[in-house]
Order: sequence, then C-alpha cells, then structure tokens
Amino acid sequence: MSALAARGLRKSYGGTEVVSGIDLEVASGECFGLLGPNGAGKTTTLRLCLGLITPDAGEIELLGEPVPRRAREARARVGVVPQFDNLDPDFTVAENLIVFGRYFGMAAADIQARIPALLEFAGLSGRGDAKINTLSGGMKRRLTLARALVNDPQIVFMDEPTTGLDPQARHLIWERMRRLTQEGKTLVLTTHFMEEAERLCQRLAIMDHGRIIAEGSPRALIAQHIEPQVLEVHGPGYEAWMAQARSLAPRVERAGDTVFVYADDVAPILKTLAAGEELAYLHRQASLEDVFLKLTGRDLRD
Amino acid sequence: MRWVSVWRRNMLVWRKLFAAAVLTNLADPLIMLFGLGYGLGALLPSVEGMSYIAFFAAGQLCTATMFTASFESMFSGFSRMHGQKTWDAILYAPLVIDDIVAGEIMWAASKAWLTGSTILGVVVVFGLAASPLVVLALPAAFLVGLAFSAVGLIMTVLARGWDFFSYYMTLLMTPMMMISGVFFPVERLPAPLAAVAQALPLYHGVEIVRPLIAGRLPEQALVHVAVLVGYAAAGYAAAIYFARKRFSE
Repeated sequence: MSALAARGLRKSYGGTEVVSGIDLEVASGECFGLLGPNGAGKTTTLRLCLGLITPDAGEIELLGEPVPRRAREARARVGVVPQFDNLDPDFTVAENLIVFGRYFGMAAADIQARIPALLEFAGLSGRGDAKINTLSGGMKRRLTLARALVNDPQIVFMDEPTTGLDPQARHLIWERMRRLTQEGKTLVLTTHFMEEAERLCQRLAIMDHGRIIAEGSPRALIAQHIEPQVLEVHGPGYEAWMAQARSLAPRVERAGDTVFVYADDVAPILKTLAAGEELAYLHRQASLEDVFLKLTGRDLRD
Repeated sequence: MRWVSVWRRNMLVWRKLFAAAVLTNLADPLIMLFGLGYGLGALLPSVEGMSYIAFFAAGQLCTATMFTASFESMFSGFSRMHGQKTWDAILYAPLVIDDIVAGEIMWAASKAWLTGSTILGVVVVFGLAASPLVVLALPAAFLVGLAFSAVGLIMTVLARGWDFFSYYMTLLMTPMMMISGVFFPVERLPAPLAAVAQALPLYHGVEIVRPLIAGRLPEQALVHVAVLVGYAAAGYAAAIYFARKRFSE
C-alpha cells in the first residue's frame, strides 16, 4: 500500500500557479525525495499533502485518509520537521516533547515513557532540562526531529532537514534518518542538496516551476538523463579548447569560466588536455547534481 | 475539546513566569484602585449611594479584566503566532486553526478572570462589598474576559505587525474606558456618547458588577449578559474566519 498518493495537484496564489498538476506516489517504508531549486513548489506540495492548505484541484490520500477532508485523522500518524525550527522557546527540551505530545491527545505517562528514547535519538540524553536557547543549531534540529516522532508516526515529512547545518551535524541527521527507514518508517523529504538525496532516497522526483520534470531512483535518473563521465575544465585558453571539445563530446556546457564536458567515453578528450595546455581539469563520474542542473538549468533562482 | 491542549500549553508558560505575570497584571490596577479610590474618593462624599472607592472598584475590576484579556490575546497571542511560530507547530498535530483560536481565547479569558477575581478578593477583604451577592461578579468577570479575548484575537489574526495593536488600544480601548462608567456614572455623559458606550462591552460588564458590589441584583441583567455573550460569540466567529484565511496562505 502506498503511504502517500497525490493526483493532479494544483495550487495558485494570487494568480500565480505554484503547483501545476503534480502526481506523487510514495510507497510504505520508502525514503522519497522532492528536489528542486528555490521556489519550485516543494514546500507548498508538502503543505498540500499534510492538509495544511487546500488544493485548487487534485486528490490526496495520506495513510489511507483523504486529505484535506480527513487530514486531522491522517496527521495523528504523521510527523513533521519544518524548514525553520519552531521549538517552543518558553520550555525546556523535555517540556517541548511533553507539550507537543499533548497536542496528539497522548496521556502524560505515555509521553514521559517515550522521552528517554527520544532524547537518546536526538543525542540529547541528560539535556532534558536544558533551555532551548542554550542549544546549538544542530541540537535544535535533532530536537525538532525527536519532536516529530513523539506520536510514533508512520510517515515523517521533512522540509530541508539539514539546511544550515555543519557537516558533522548533517551526517548525524542523515544517520538518524537511515535509522528511521530501518525501523520501517516512510520518509518524505525536500532538499536541494543532491548529495543528501543521493545518499538517502530510494526514489526521488525533481520539481521545477510547480511540475515534476523527472522521477526515479538516483541511479536511474543519472543513467537516463546524463552521460556517465564528466570533465570540468578551466584555465587560460579554455574558449579555444571548448570549440575543440565540442567536436569530440555530445554535450559541452559553459558556466562562467568553467567548461563542463559530458561524454560516455572521455579518453579522446583527455588526450587533448594532456597535450601540454595550461588548462586545469577534474575528471569525475556524473552525479545527481549534473542531472539536476541539466534539467533545471544553471540560472540563479532567487 | 482539542483546544484544551493549547490552553494547557499557555498555562504551563504562565506557571513558569508566575511571579512576574501576577505582579504586572495586578499591581497596576490595584494601585489605581486605591490611589484614585481613596484619593479622589476623599473629595466625593458618595456616588450613586456608594463610597467612591466602592463605585470605582466595579469599573476598575472590569477595566483590569479587559486589559489582561486584550494584552494576552493580542501581544502574547501575536508573539506565539507570528514571532515564535508556535501555531505552525501545533498545526502539524491533529489540531486545526479553529482549535488554536478557541484555546487562545479561552486562555486569555482565564487569565483575565484571574485578574478580575483577585481584584474582587481585594474588594471583599477591604470591606467594599455589601453582601455575598458579590460572588456573582466572578462569572461576570469571566464573561468580560471572554468578550475582550475574542475581540482581541480578531486583531491578532489580522495584524501584520505590532503597531496594529496601538491603534486598537489608543483609538478604542482608552476612549471606551472613559465613557463606560468606570470613573463616573454614564448619566453624566451627553446622550450620544452614552449610546456609544451602551453599544460596547465594557459598559455592560460594569453594569453587572457594580450593583453586585453594592449588594443588589443588576437591573436588566439578561441584556448585559447577552451583549457580552454576543461580543464573545461574534468575536470568536470572526477570529476563526480571519485565522483560517491567514493560515490558508
């Protein structure tokens, strides 16, 4: 059974269509990623799926409940990690969990019983009495994640879970997310970190301008949309070299003063670089980021 | 009854800040009550057959209740909704915006009731109440709190910034306090102003509480109760309407 299914979702704000006909299907126990540049409509899509806003058109089923009609019932079994932490600054770490559990109608004893495990999960054991403003950004994020688990949800929605975190904090969040999928929970996350999506998600959808423009496993997306080898070249004379490369590779792109060459076999191109030019280069495997940039373009999104 | 968890959240914060909250809520109105009551009262032998301080006590009880309700629903409510995004977090749970509005209004009314009933306690301790009938002022104070909490919350869900509340306070609450029979009988006012007062909730609160302190049952009690209930119900409905609108964006 699918944990989340959406068909033909549409949502406009003031004449601008933010979500323009989206279909989504997330299987139970899967980690699903929604990728897209800023303003692609990811957060709006999440809010639609949670029943926080009403779609102009389309149908949503979350954990078997029609949304938004029975969003309340669905949300009883859902956890949410928002993009910006909204922990309660008036409370301690433990009080945040207790008060949040009450919103789900949980009994005080049941919440208390879960707190040690939740604090352990958040890496905050022994910090139950700490005030929120004494926590680091990473700790707050982990507490927000623990808060989302207070009701033992079947599915957890995470909106850019690691934005603004340092690498240590980010890796810890990733590790916890893997633990959740191992426990059989379904995860739906939005991100614009390709590395995050590639590491965690079994399946992902790339969104732009309110539409899904590609969907599949990270590997399949790379295989389907981009040549497997990449050369990044820069240095004096790169423009002349670019003309030469065009004759040897199916796709050559320029961003600023860097040339990106995509090909199935880059050996002949590497020879032209070995001829003693002053060009610096990096040879690597194609990644999800290459797919993302190919599909959504290299232009800045503000 | 899902709003209860919202009420309890605010209650827990209040308990943590108990001392400061009580001091700020009560010190001000009590200083006013005794300062004006005894100071000005010394110049006035009696008003409507009561000592001035007993007369003013009813007005001050309702005014302090009104201010507590309004401050809590507007400034504290806006801070929770806008600054801390506490409402956003609550909406991830199986609560909807209507539950939050109900919880916030009930909380602000409860806090206001505590202000009103503490002042009533002081009134009784100082022998200003004429008979046990005065206990009926307890539910009346809650009703005053409810009416102003509901109206205050409309302002909160409409506000785009903090300045918005100054207009409401300065242009509505302060004049209302002057014309609602808090400091002097409404009969002293020109007829049009008295009519305005009668359309506003504070006047009706005072009209219920003052006779109760004097040891009489209020005349036309049902009308006064109906106006307060009407403001509470209409405020609640309007606050929900605008809150839904705000949170569907």
